[in-house]
Amino acid sequence: MQANEEVLQQILDILKPLVPDGLEITPETALVTDLGLDSLKVMKIVESLEDSLDISIPINILSDVRTVKDLELQIQKIN
Amino acid sequence: MGIFDKFQQLAEAREAIEKNCGDFFNIVMEDVISGTEAVVNGRTVLLAGSNNYLGLTFNAECIRAACQAVQKEGTGTTGSRMANGTFSGHVALEQELSDFFNRLNTIVFSTGYIANLAMLSTVVGSGEVILLDADCHASIYDGCRLGDAEVIRFRHNDANDLEKRLRRLTKRNTNVLIVVEGLYSMLGDRAPLADIATLKNKYGAYLLVDEAHSLGVLGQNGRGLAEETGVENSVDFVVGTFSKSLGAIGGFCTSNHPELNLVRYASRSYVFTASSSPSIIASTRTALQIMRSQPELRRRLWDNANLLYQRLKDLDFRVGPEASPIIAVRYKDAEEAFAIWDGLLERSVYVNMVLPPATPDGGALLRCSLSAAHTREQVDKIGDAFAALR
Repeated sequence: MQANEEVLQQILDILKPLVPDGLEITPETALVTDLGLDSLKVMKIVESLEDSLDISIPINILSDVRTVKDLELQIQKIN
Repeated sequence: MGIFDKFQQLAEAREAIEKNCGDFFNIVMEDVISGTEAVVNGRTVLLAGSNNYLGLTFNAECIRAACQAVQKEGTGTTGSRMANGTFSGHVALEQELSDFFNRLNTIVFSTGYIANLAMLSTVVGSGEVILLDADCHASIYDGCRLGDAEVIRFRHNDANDLEKRLRRLTKRNTNVLIVVEGLYSMLGDRAPLADIATLKNKYGAYLLVDEAHSLGVLGQNGRGLAEETGVENSVDFVVGTFSKSLGAIGGFCTSNHPELNLVRYASRSYVFTASSSPSIIASTRTALQIMRSQPELRRRLWDNANLLYQRLKDLDFRVGPEASPIIAVRYKDAEEAFAIWDGLLERSVYVNMVLPPATPDGGALLRCSLSAAHTREQVDKIGDAFAALR
Protein backbone atom coordinates (compact mmCIF):
# COMPACT_ATOMS: atom_id res chain seq x y z
CA MET A 1 0.00 0.00 0.00
CA GLN A 2 1.20 3.48 -0.83
CA ALA A 3 2.01 6.09 1.80
CA ASN A 4 -0.86 8.10 3.27
CA GLU A 5 0.02 11.18 1.24
CA GLU A 6 -0.02 9.23 -2.02
CA VAL A 7 -3.43 7.70 -1.30
CA LEU A 8 -4.82 11.10 -0.33
CA GLN A 9 -3.44 12.62 -3.51
CA GLN A 10 -5.03 9.87 -5.62
CA ILE A 11 -8.39 10.53 -3.99
CA LEU A 12 -8.08 14.27 -4.54
CA ASP A 13 -7.11 13.78 -8.20
CA ILE A 14 -10.12 11.53 -8.82
CA LEU A 15 -12.50 13.88 -7.03
CA LYS A 16 -11.21 17.05 -8.73
CA PRO A 17 -13.46 16.90 -11.81
CA LEU A 18 -16.49 16.37 -9.57
CA VAL A 19 -15.96 19.36 -7.30
CA PRO A 20 -18.49 22.17 -7.76
CA ASP A 21 -17.01 25.49 -8.97
CA GLY A 22 -15.56 27.60 -6.20
CA LEU A 23 -15.32 24.79 -3.66
CA GLU A 24 -11.91 23.94 -2.28
CA ILE A 25 -11.52 20.27 -1.52
CA THR A 26 -9.81 19.30 1.76
CA PRO A 27 -9.52 16.10 3.81
CA GLU A 28 -12.56 17.29 5.77
CA THR A 29 -14.76 17.67 2.68
CA ALA A 30 -17.83 15.42 2.95
CA LEU A 31 -18.45 13.32 -0.15
CA VAL A 32 -22.23 13.41 -0.07
CA THR A 33 -23.20 16.61 1.72
CA ASP A 34 -20.43 18.89 0.36
CA LEU A 35 -19.85 17.40 -3.09
CA GLY A 36 -23.40 16.16 -3.63
CA LEU A 37 -22.22 12.76 -4.83
CA ASP A 38 -24.92 10.11 -5.26
CA SER A 39 -24.38 6.38 -4.77
CA LEU A 40 -23.62 5.78 -8.47
CA LYS A 41 -20.89 8.45 -8.48
CA VAL A 42 -19.41 7.10 -5.25
CA MET A 43 -19.15 3.64 -6.83
CA LYS A 44 -17.44 5.11 -9.91
CA ILE A 45 -14.92 6.83 -7.62
CA VAL A 46 -14.32 3.51 -5.83
CA GLU A 47 -13.66 1.80 -9.19
CA SER A 48 -11.20 4.52 -10.22
CA LEU A 49 -9.35 4.24 -6.90
CA GLU A 50 -9.21 0.45 -7.22
CA ASP A 51 -7.61 0.80 -10.66
CA SER A 52 -5.12 3.47 -9.69
CA LEU A 53 -4.07 1.79 -6.42
CA ASP A 54 -4.39 -1.81 -7.69
CA ILE A 55 -6.57 -2.88 -4.78
CA SER A 56 -10.13 -4.13 -4.25
CA ILE A 57 -12.16 -1.92 -1.93
CA PRO A 58 -14.90 -3.81 -0.03
CA ILE A 59 -18.19 -1.93 -0.18
CA ASN A 60 -18.71 -2.72 3.52
CA ILE A 61 -16.26 0.06 4.40
CA LEU A 62 -18.35 2.75 2.74
CA SER A 63 -20.77 2.98 5.65
CA ASP A 64 -17.86 4.35 7.71
CA VAL A 65 -16.85 6.91 5.10
CA ARG A 66 -18.18 10.45 5.30
CA THR A 67 -15.20 12.59 4.38
CA VAL A 68 -12.18 12.40 2.10
CA LYS A 69 -10.05 11.65 5.18
CA ASP A 70 -12.37 8.79 6.22
CA LEU A 71 -11.93 7.26 2.76
CA GLU A 72 -8.17 7.55 2.98
CA LEU A 73 -8.10 5.91 6.44
CA GLN A 74 -10.32 3.03 5.32
CA ILE A 75 -8.15 2.40 2.25
CA GLN A 76 -5.04 2.34 4.43
CA LYS A 77 -6.60 -0.52 6.42
CA ILE A 78 -6.88 -2.72 3.31
CA ASN A 79 -4.02 -5.15 3.19
CA MET B 1 -36.15 17.12 14.20
CA GLY B 2 -38.83 14.62 13.27
CA ILE B 3 -38.36 10.95 12.45
CA PHE B 4 -39.28 11.52 8.79
CA ASP B 5 -37.00 14.55 8.24
CA LYS B 6 -34.29 12.32 6.80
CA PHE B 7 -36.61 11.56 3.89
CA GLN B 8 -36.84 15.21 2.82
CA GLN B 9 -34.54 14.73 -0.16
CA LEU B 10 -36.53 11.66 -1.22
CA ALA B 11 -39.79 13.58 -0.83
CA GLU B 12 -38.47 16.40 -3.04
CA ALA B 13 -37.30 13.93 -5.70
CA ARG B 14 -40.67 12.19 -5.65
CA GLU B 15 -42.50 15.51 -5.93
CA ALA B 16 -40.37 16.52 -8.92
CA ILE B 17 -41.08 13.23 -10.67
CA GLU B 18 -44.79 13.47 -9.87
CA LYS B 19 -44.87 17.01 -11.29
CA ASN B 20 -43.24 15.95 -14.55
CA CYS B 21 -44.38 12.36 -14.79
CA GLY B 22 -48.00 12.60 -13.58
CA ASP B 23 -49.46 9.11 -13.45
CA PHE B 24 -46.25 7.18 -12.86
CA PHE B 25 -46.79 6.61 -9.13
CA ASN B 26 -50.51 5.97 -9.46
CA ILE B 27 -50.72 2.91 -11.66
CA VAL B 28 -53.24 0.44 -10.29
CA MET B 29 -54.30 -2.72 -12.08
CA GLU B 30 -58.00 -2.11 -11.44
CA ASP B 31 -59.03 -5.37 -13.03
CA VAL B 32 -56.80 -8.14 -14.37
CA ILE B 33 -58.33 -9.68 -17.45
CA SER B 34 -55.65 -12.20 -18.41
CA GLY B 35 -51.90 -12.73 -18.30
CA THR B 36 -51.51 -10.04 -20.96
CA GLU B 37 -54.34 -7.55 -20.31
CA ALA B 38 -55.56 -5.44 -17.40
CA VAL B 39 -57.69 -2.38 -16.79
CA VAL B 40 -55.76 0.79 -15.88
CA ASN B 41 -57.50 4.17 -15.46
CA GLY B 42 -60.70 2.54 -16.68
CA ARG B 43 -59.13 1.36 -19.94
CA THR B 44 -57.98 -2.07 -21.07
CA VAL B 45 -54.20 -2.03 -21.58
CA LEU B 46 -51.80 -4.56 -23.01
CA LEU B 47 -49.31 -5.69 -20.36
CA ALA B 48 -45.78 -5.56 -21.76
CA GLY B 49 -43.83 -5.41 -18.52
CA SER B 50 -45.10 -8.23 -16.34
CA ASN B 51 -42.20 -10.80 -16.15
CA ASN B 52 -44.88 -13.40 -16.87
CA TYR B 53 -42.50 -15.10 -19.30
CA LEU B 54 -44.38 -18.34 -19.90
CA GLY B 55 -47.81 -16.75 -19.42
CA LEU B 56 -48.83 -19.21 -16.71
CA THR B 57 -50.61 -16.84 -14.29
CA PHE B 58 -53.96 -17.68 -15.87
CA ASN B 59 -53.18 -21.28 -16.80
CA ALA B 60 -56.32 -23.35 -16.07
CA GLU B 61 -54.40 -26.27 -14.54
CA CYS B 62 -52.43 -23.97 -12.21
CA ILE B 63 -55.62 -22.21 -11.11
CA ARG B 64 -57.36 -25.55 -10.51
CA ALA B 65 -54.43 -26.83 -8.43
CA ALA B 66 -54.39 -23.62 -6.36
CA CYS B 67 -58.17 -23.81 -5.76
CA GLN B 68 -58.00 -27.46 -4.71
CA ALA B 69 -55.14 -26.70 -2.30
CA VAL B 70 -56.91 -23.79 -0.67
CA GLN B 71 -60.05 -25.95 -0.21
CA LYS B 72 -58.06 -28.84 1.21
CA GLU B 73 -55.37 -27.11 3.29
CA GLY B 74 -56.66 -23.60 3.92
CA THR B 75 -55.55 -20.10 3.00
CA GLY B 76 -52.21 -20.04 4.78
CA THR B 77 -49.74 -22.07 6.81
CA THR B 78 -49.57 -19.46 9.59
CA GLY B 79 -46.14 -20.67 10.56
CA SER B 80 -42.44 -20.94 9.83
CA ARG B 81 -40.98 -23.85 7.91
CA MET B 82 -39.18 -24.68 11.17
CA ALA B 83 -42.40 -24.94 13.16
CA ASN B 84 -45.86 -25.76 11.80
CA GLY B 85 -45.28 -24.34 8.29
CA THR B 86 -43.83 -27.33 6.43
CA PHE B 87 -46.69 -29.07 4.61
CA SER B 88 -46.30 -32.07 2.34
CA GLY B 89 -46.50 -29.73 -0.68
CA HIS B 90 -43.38 -27.79 0.37
CA VAL B 91 -41.40 -31.01 0.68
CA ALA B 92 -42.74 -32.33 -2.64
CA LEU B 93 -41.85 -29.09 -4.45
CA GLU B 94 -38.31 -29.24 -3.06
CA GLN B 95 -37.98 -32.80 -4.34
CA GLU B 96 -39.40 -31.86 -7.75
CA LEU B 97 -36.99 -28.93 -8.09
CA SER B 98 -34.03 -31.17 -7.13
CA ASP B 99 -35.18 -33.62 -9.80
CA PHE B 100 -35.58 -30.86 -12.41
CA PHE B 101 -32.13 -29.40 -11.75
CA ASN B 102 -30.45 -32.81 -11.19
CA ARG B 103 -29.22 -31.62 -7.80
CA LEU B 104 -28.98 -33.27 -4.41
CA ASN B 105 -31.20 -30.93 -2.50
CA THR B 106 -33.31 -27.80 -2.61
CA ILE B 107 -34.72 -25.33 -0.10
CA VAL B 108 -37.94 -23.48 -0.89
CA PHE B 109 -38.23 -19.95 0.53
CA SER B 110 -41.25 -17.65 0.78
CA THR B 111 -39.95 -15.23 -1.89
CA GLY B 112 -37.01 -14.96 -4.26
CA TYR B 113 -35.86 -11.93 -2.26
CA ILE B 114 -35.76 -14.04 0.89
CA ALA B 115 -33.86 -16.80 -0.93
CA ASN B 116 -31.06 -14.34 -1.70
CA LEU B 117 -31.16 -12.83 1.78
CA ALA B 118 -30.84 -16.30 3.29
CA MET B 119 -28.05 -17.57 1.05
CA LEU B 120 -25.83 -14.51 1.01
CA SER B 121 -26.16 -13.69 4.68
CA THR B 122 -25.57 -17.26 5.81
CA VAL B 123 -23.34 -19.30 3.50
CA VAL B 124 -20.52 -16.75 3.50
CA GLY B 125 -19.38 -15.47 6.87
CA SER B 126 -16.85 -13.34 8.68
CA GLY B 127 -13.41 -13.35 7.06
CA GLU B 128 -14.81 -14.76 3.81
CA VAL B 129 -15.47 -12.81 0.63
CA ILE B 130 -18.40 -12.28 -1.75
CA LEU B 131 -17.39 -11.15 -5.23
CA LEU B 132 -20.52 -9.88 -6.95
CA ASP B 133 -21.29 -8.41 -10.36
CA ALA B 134 -21.90 -4.68 -9.92
CA ASP B 135 -25.34 -4.94 -11.60
CA CYS B 136 -26.67 -7.66 -9.29
CA HIS B 137 -30.21 -7.30 -7.98
CA ALA B 138 -30.98 -5.40 -4.76
CA SER B 139 -31.88 -8.67 -3.00
CA ILE B 140 -28.28 -9.84 -3.49
CA TYR B 141 -26.89 -6.58 -2.11
CA ASP B 142 -29.33 -6.74 0.82
CA GLY B 143 -28.32 -10.33 1.57
CA CYS B 144 -24.69 -9.20 1.64
CA ARG B 145 -25.55 -6.37 4.03
CA LEU B 146 -27.33 -8.76 6.36
CA GLY B 147 -24.28 -11.01 6.63
CA ASP B 148 -20.71 -10.61 7.85
CA ALA B 149 -18.71 -11.36 4.70
CA GLU B 150 -16.49 -8.85 2.97
CA VAL B 151 -18.24 -7.69 -0.20
CA ILE B 152 -16.33 -6.70 -3.33
CA ARG B 153 -17.93 -5.72 -6.65
CA PHE B 154 -16.53 -6.43 -10.08
CA ARG B 155 -17.48 -4.51 -13.21
CA HIS B 156 -20.65 -5.75 -14.87
CA ASN B 157 -20.06 -8.81 -17.09
CA ASP B 158 -16.29 -8.17 -17.05
CA ALA B 159 -14.49 -11.48 -16.51
CA ASN B 160 -11.09 -9.75 -16.69
CA ASP B 161 -12.05 -7.46 -13.83
CA LEU B 162 -13.29 -10.49 -11.87
CA GLU B 163 -9.99 -12.29 -12.41
CA LYS B 164 -8.01 -9.26 -11.26
CA ARG B 165 -9.93 -9.34 -8.00
CA LEU B 166 -9.63 -13.12 -7.60
CA ARG B 167 -5.87 -12.81 -8.09
CA ARG B 168 -5.63 -10.13 -5.40
CA LEU B 169 -7.44 -12.47 -2.99
CA THR B 170 -5.18 -15.51 -3.48
CA LYS B 171 -2.84 -14.55 -0.65
CA ARG B 172 -5.80 -14.34 1.75
CA ASN B 173 -6.46 -18.10 1.49
CA THR B 174 -10.14 -17.70 2.32
CA ASN B 175 -13.46 -18.85 0.87
CA VAL B 176 -14.71 -16.71 -2.01
CA LEU B 177 -18.25 -16.84 -3.40
CA ILE B 178 -18.78 -15.37 -6.88
CA VAL B 179 -22.34 -14.13 -7.45
CA VAL B 180 -23.85 -13.44 -10.86
CA GLU B 181 -27.25 -13.52 -12.54
CA GLY B 182 -28.35 -15.58 -15.53
CA LEU B 183 -30.23 -12.76 -17.20
CA TYR B 184 -29.82 -9.28 -15.76
CA SER B 185 -33.23 -7.84 -15.00
CA MET B 186 -32.72 -4.34 -16.32
CA LEU B 187 -31.11 -4.82 -19.74
CA GLY B 188 -31.78 -8.53 -20.30
CA ASP B 189 -28.12 -9.34 -20.96
CA ARG B 190 -26.57 -12.70 -20.04
CA ALA B 191 -23.57 -13.19 -17.73
CA PRO B 192 -20.42 -14.48 -19.53
CA LEU B 193 -20.87 -17.67 -17.55
CA ALA B 194 -18.39 -19.91 -19.40
CA ASP B 195 -15.55 -17.48 -18.58
CA ILE B 196 -16.76 -17.01 -15.02
CA ALA B 197 -17.01 -20.78 -14.46
CA THR B 198 -13.45 -21.19 -15.76
CA LEU B 199 -12.23 -18.56 -13.29
CA LYS B 200 -14.21 -20.13 -10.47
CA ASN B 201 -12.46 -23.44 -11.09
CA LYS B 202 -9.05 -21.87 -11.63
CA TYR B 203 -9.10 -19.98 -8.33
CA GLY B 204 -11.02 -22.57 -6.29
CA ALA B 205 -13.94 -20.23 -5.57
CA TYR B 206 -17.63 -21.06 -5.19
CA LEU B 207 -20.24 -19.85 -7.69
CA LEU B 208 -23.86 -18.81 -7.12
CA VAL B 209 -26.05 -18.02 -10.13
CA ASP B 210 -29.36 -16.26 -9.65
CA GLU B 211 -31.54 -17.61 -12.46
CA ALA B 212 -34.59 -15.51 -11.47
CA HIS B 213 -35.14 -14.20 -15.01
CA SER B 214 -33.63 -17.16 -16.87
CA LEU B 215 -35.53 -20.06 -15.31
CA GLY B 216 -37.88 -21.38 -18.00
CA VAL B 217 -36.33 -18.94 -20.45
CA LEU B 218 -32.82 -20.25 -21.18
CA GLY B 219 -31.46 -23.77 -21.70
CA GLN B 220 -32.86 -26.72 -23.60
CA ASN B 221 -34.92 -27.75 -20.58
CA GLY B 222 -35.41 -24.27 -19.13
CA ARG B 223 -32.87 -24.70 -16.32
CA GLY B 224 -31.37 -21.31 -17.11
CA LEU B 225 -28.06 -19.86 -18.26
CA ALA B 226 -25.95 -22.56 -16.57
CA GLU B 227 -27.70 -25.19 -18.68
CA GLU B 228 -27.52 -23.11 -21.86
CA THR B 229 -23.77 -22.55 -21.32
CA GLY B 230 -23.09 -26.16 -20.36
CA VAL B 231 -21.47 -25.30 -17.01
CA GLU B 232 -24.00 -26.64 -14.51
CA ASN B 233 -21.33 -28.76 -12.83
CA SER B 234 -19.34 -25.62 -12.02
CA VAL B 235 -22.29 -23.87 -10.37
CA ASP B 236 -22.46 -24.56 -6.62
CA PHE B 237 -25.76 -22.82 -5.92
CA VAL B 238 -28.66 -21.96 -8.21
CA VAL B 239 -31.12 -19.45 -6.78
CA GLY B 240 -34.43 -18.72 -8.45
CA THR B 241 -37.94 -17.43 -8.04
CA PHE B 242 -41.48 -18.63 -8.66
CA SER B 243 -42.72 -15.11 -9.41
CA LYS B 244 -41.73 -14.95 -13.05
CA SER B 245 -41.85 -18.00 -15.34
CA LEU B 246 -43.80 -20.02 -12.76
CA GLY B 247 -46.45 -17.33 -12.31
CA ALA B 248 -46.73 -17.30 -8.50
CA ILE B 249 -44.44 -16.11 -5.68
CA GLY B 250 -41.62 -17.81 -3.81
CA GLY B 251 -37.96 -18.65 -4.14
CA PHE B 252 -35.51 -21.52 -3.93
CA CYS B 253 -31.89 -22.54 -3.78
CA THR B 254 -30.72 -25.86 -5.20
CA SER B 255 -27.27 -27.41 -4.86
CA ASN B 256 -25.21 -30.57 -4.95
CA HIS B 257 -23.62 -29.65 -1.62
CA PRO B 258 -25.34 -31.90 0.95
CA GLU B 259 -24.65 -29.22 3.57
CA LEU B 260 -27.16 -26.88 1.91
CA ASN B 261 -29.72 -28.30 4.33
CA LEU B 262 -27.84 -26.69 7.21
CA VAL B 263 -28.87 -23.29 5.86
CA ARG B 264 -32.37 -24.09 7.12
CA TYR B 265 -31.07 -23.93 10.69
CA ALA B 266 -28.56 -21.10 10.22
CA SER B 267 -30.64 -18.64 8.21
CA ARG B 268 -32.83 -16.15 10.03
CA SER B 269 -34.60 -15.34 6.75
CA TYR B 270 -35.74 -18.97 6.53
CA VAL B 271 -36.61 -19.48 10.18
CA PHE B 272 -38.33 -16.24 11.08
CA THR B 273 -40.93 -15.90 8.35
CA ALA B 274 -44.12 -17.75 7.50
CA SER B 275 -43.93 -20.34 4.74
CA SER B 276 -45.73 -20.06 1.39
CA SER B 277 -49.46 -20.74 1.42
CA PRO B 278 -50.65 -24.12 0.09
CA SER B 279 -52.29 -22.57 -2.99
CA ILE B 280 -49.00 -20.95 -4.05
CA ILE B 281 -47.09 -24.20 -3.61
CA ALA B 282 -49.75 -26.12 -5.56
CA SER B 283 -49.82 -23.73 -8.53
CA THR B 284 -46.01 -23.59 -8.58
CA ARG B 285 -45.75 -27.39 -8.69
CA THR B 286 -48.21 -27.50 -11.57
CA ALA B 287 -46.41 -24.67 -13.38
CA LEU B 288 -43.11 -26.53 -13.01
CA GLN B 289 -44.66 -29.63 -14.60
CA ILE B 290 -46.05 -27.52 -17.45
CA MET B 291 -42.69 -25.81 -17.96
CA ARG B 292 -41.02 -29.22 -18.21
CA SER B 293 -43.59 -30.79 -20.52
CA GLN B 294 -44.34 -27.85 -22.84
CA PRO B 295 -41.08 -26.54 -24.34
CA GLU B 296 -43.18 -24.87 -27.01
CA LEU B 297 -43.95 -22.13 -24.45
CA ARG B 298 -40.25 -21.21 -24.41
CA ARG B 299 -40.08 -21.23 -28.21
CA ARG B 300 -43.14 -18.95 -28.42
CA LEU B 301 -41.62 -16.60 -25.84
CA TRP B 302 -38.40 -16.33 -27.85
CA ASP B 303 -40.27 -15.82 -31.14
CA ASN B 304 -42.08 -12.89 -29.51
CA ALA B 305 -38.89 -11.53 -27.92
CA ASN B 306 -36.85 -11.71 -31.13
CA LEU B 307 -39.64 -10.06 -33.10
CA LEU B 308 -39.99 -7.04 -30.81
CA TYR B 309 -36.24 -6.66 -30.19
CA GLN B 310 -35.50 -6.57 -33.92
CA ARG B 311 -38.35 -4.16 -34.60
CA LEU B 312 -37.24 -1.70 -31.91
CA LYS B 313 -33.65 -2.01 -33.07
CA ASP B 314 -34.69 -1.32 -36.67
CA LEU B 315 -36.55 1.74 -35.40
CA ASP B 316 -33.23 2.93 -33.88
CA PHE B 317 -34.37 2.73 -30.27
CA ARG B 318 -31.42 2.31 -27.87
CA VAL B 319 -32.13 -1.28 -26.84
CA GLY B 320 -29.94 -3.57 -24.70
CA PRO B 321 -26.93 -5.44 -26.10
CA GLU B 322 -28.71 -8.68 -27.03
CA ALA B 323 -32.18 -10.04 -27.78
CA SER B 324 -33.96 -11.49 -24.75
CA PRO B 325 -37.47 -11.52 -23.29
CA ILE B 326 -36.38 -8.42 -21.36
CA ILE B 327 -36.17 -5.58 -23.87
CA ALA B 328 -35.07 -2.29 -22.36
CA VAL B 329 -35.04 1.02 -24.20
CA ARG B 330 -32.56 3.51 -22.74
CA TYR B 331 -33.16 7.24 -22.26
CA LYS B 332 -30.90 9.90 -20.82
CA ASP B 333 -33.35 11.14 -18.19
CA ALA B 334 -36.70 10.54 -16.53
CA GLU B 335 -38.54 13.30 -18.45
CA GLU B 336 -37.61 11.85 -21.84
CA ALA B 337 -38.52 8.31 -20.74
CA PHE B 338 -41.79 9.46 -19.21
CA ALA B 339 -42.93 11.18 -22.40
CA ILE B 340 -42.63 7.86 -24.24
CA TRP B 341 -44.04 5.83 -21.32
CA ASP B 342 -47.07 8.12 -21.19
CA GLY B 343 -47.47 7.93 -24.97
CA LEU B 344 -47.41 4.14 -24.80
CA LEU B 345 -50.06 4.16 -22.06
CA GLU B 346 -52.23 6.47 -24.19
CA ARG B 347 -51.94 3.80 -26.87
CA SER B 348 -53.00 1.19 -24.26
CA VAL B 349 -49.58 -0.39 -23.81
CA TYR B 350 -48.10 -0.68 -20.32
CA VAL B 351 -44.32 -1.07 -19.88
CA ASN B 352 -42.15 -0.60 -16.78
CA MET B 353 -40.37 2.71 -16.34
CA VAL B 354 -37.18 2.35 -14.29
CA LEU B 355 -35.41 5.35 -12.83
CA PRO B 356 -32.00 5.85 -11.15
CA PRO B 357 -30.53 4.50 -8.91
CA ALA B 358 -32.20 1.24 -10.06
CA THR B 359 -30.76 1.64 -13.58
CA PRO B 360 -27.25 0.47 -14.47
CA ASP B 361 -25.84 3.75 -15.83
CA GLY B 362 -27.84 6.46 -14.12
CA GLY B 363 -30.19 7.00 -17.09
CA ALA B 364 -33.83 5.94 -17.37
CA LEU B 365 -35.24 2.78 -18.92
CA LEU B 366 -38.49 1.69 -20.46
CA ARG B 367 -38.42 -2.01 -19.80
CA CYS B 368 -40.61 -4.40 -21.77
CA SER B 369 -40.88 -8.05 -20.86
CA LEU B 370 -42.41 -10.44 -23.33
CA SER B 371 -44.58 -13.47 -22.63
CA ALA B 372 -45.41 -16.72 -24.37
CA ALA B 373 -49.02 -15.66 -23.85
CA HIS B 374 -48.64 -12.59 -26.08
CA THR B 375 -50.20 -13.14 -29.49
CA ARG B 376 -48.45 -12.02 -32.67
CA GLU B 377 -51.03 -9.21 -32.91
CA GLN B 378 -50.17 -8.06 -29.39
CA VAL B 379 -46.44 -8.01 -30.11
CA ASP B 380 -47.16 -6.00 -33.26
CA LYS B 381 -49.29 -3.62 -31.19
CA ILE B 382 -46.40 -2.99 -28.78
CA GLY B 383 -44.07 -2.35 -31.73
CA ASP B 384 -46.65 -0.08 -33.43
CA ALA B 385 -47.02 1.99 -30.25
CA PHE B 386 -43.24 2.51 -30.00
CA ALA B 387 -43.06 3.28 -33.75
CA ALA B 388 -45.74 5.96 -33.42
CA LEU B 389 -43.61 7.71 -30.80
CA ARG B 390 -40.35 7.65 -32.73
